[in-house]
Amino acid sequence: MITALANPKRFLDFSNMIAPWVCAAAIILLGVGFYWALFATPPDYQQGQSVKIMFVHVPAAYMGIMIYGLMAGASLVGLVFRHPLADVAAKSAAPLGAAFTALALLTGSLWGRPMWGTYWQWGDARLVSELILLFIYLGYIALWNAIDDPVRAAKAAAILSLVGAADVPIIHFSVDWWNTLHQPASIIRPGGPTIDKTFLVPLFIMMLGYTVLFLWLWLLRMQTEIFERRARALMMAKGA
Amino acid sequence: MANFLAMGGYAVFVWPAYAISVLVLGAAVVLSLQSHARARRSVRRLEEEGAESGEGQT
Repeated sequence: MITALANPKRFLDFSNMIAPWVCAAAIILLGVGFYWALFATPPDYQQGQSVKIMFVHVPAAYMGIMIYGLMAGASLVGLVFRHPLADVAAKSAAPLGAAFTALALLTGSLWGRPMWGTYWQWGDARLVSELILLFIYLGYIALWNAIDDPVRAAKAAAILSLVGAADVPIIHFSVDWWNTLHQPASIIRPGGPTIDKTFLVPLFIMMLGYTVLFLWLWLLRMQTEIFERRARALMMAKGA
Repeated sequence: MANFLAMGGYAVFVWPAYAISVLVLGAAVVLSLQSHARARRSVRRLEEEGAESGEGQT
């Protein structure tokens, strides 16, 4: 019990210390990233200016998957070591992962219309597996809300997130296994990226900006969850 | 300027993509800050009430 309270306490001190710096870094990176992407990149020789959508689409898609990995990892730690902070970490990441995944789907659809001639294609494995990722996130959040006891909710949600993790490799390899609309990987691929540096550098800045923004919001939401749990404990102590 | 806004004919796809991105990220920031402030306030209030009635330690 003492360690259970001591660890969130130490986490609060640590996160209070770094949060302002993480926030400042996110503002700078996103400021530079958005400016560079919009004003300082040339049109693509094939896609014209529609390539600008890449700078908001690829980072969002990458965040949706990376956050899922963090969430499933934290869930595993929570299940195995029964560390309450791990449950807090997993729960706090889920709404952010869902938001980035929704963004990936929306911006992808807006990119697909001019490039493929359609907003959506049920036959494309990348699109459908990404939509399933959004549903897994929403199911995970709903499961947390459906169970009152945080220990039982954490366990059930953790199991769901580990089962759902099977979707992540499917998303990544879908473009190789099923050759449909979505293009194959052009960054994380054997032999290195195939995108030109004029696009790759601002894209990396945007991806870094999205990542740091997520880290800041994750810290905030973990603090929120710790406050809420403490408030509930205080309420129960008062009621008893 | 008009040339830039036209996005080479892709304005109706590029600008909504950027608008929705800024909107969703902005909403995530606002909602996270709001719930953070609310939760911190309620803990403070409960701790002060607890301290007044002499049950501050948990």
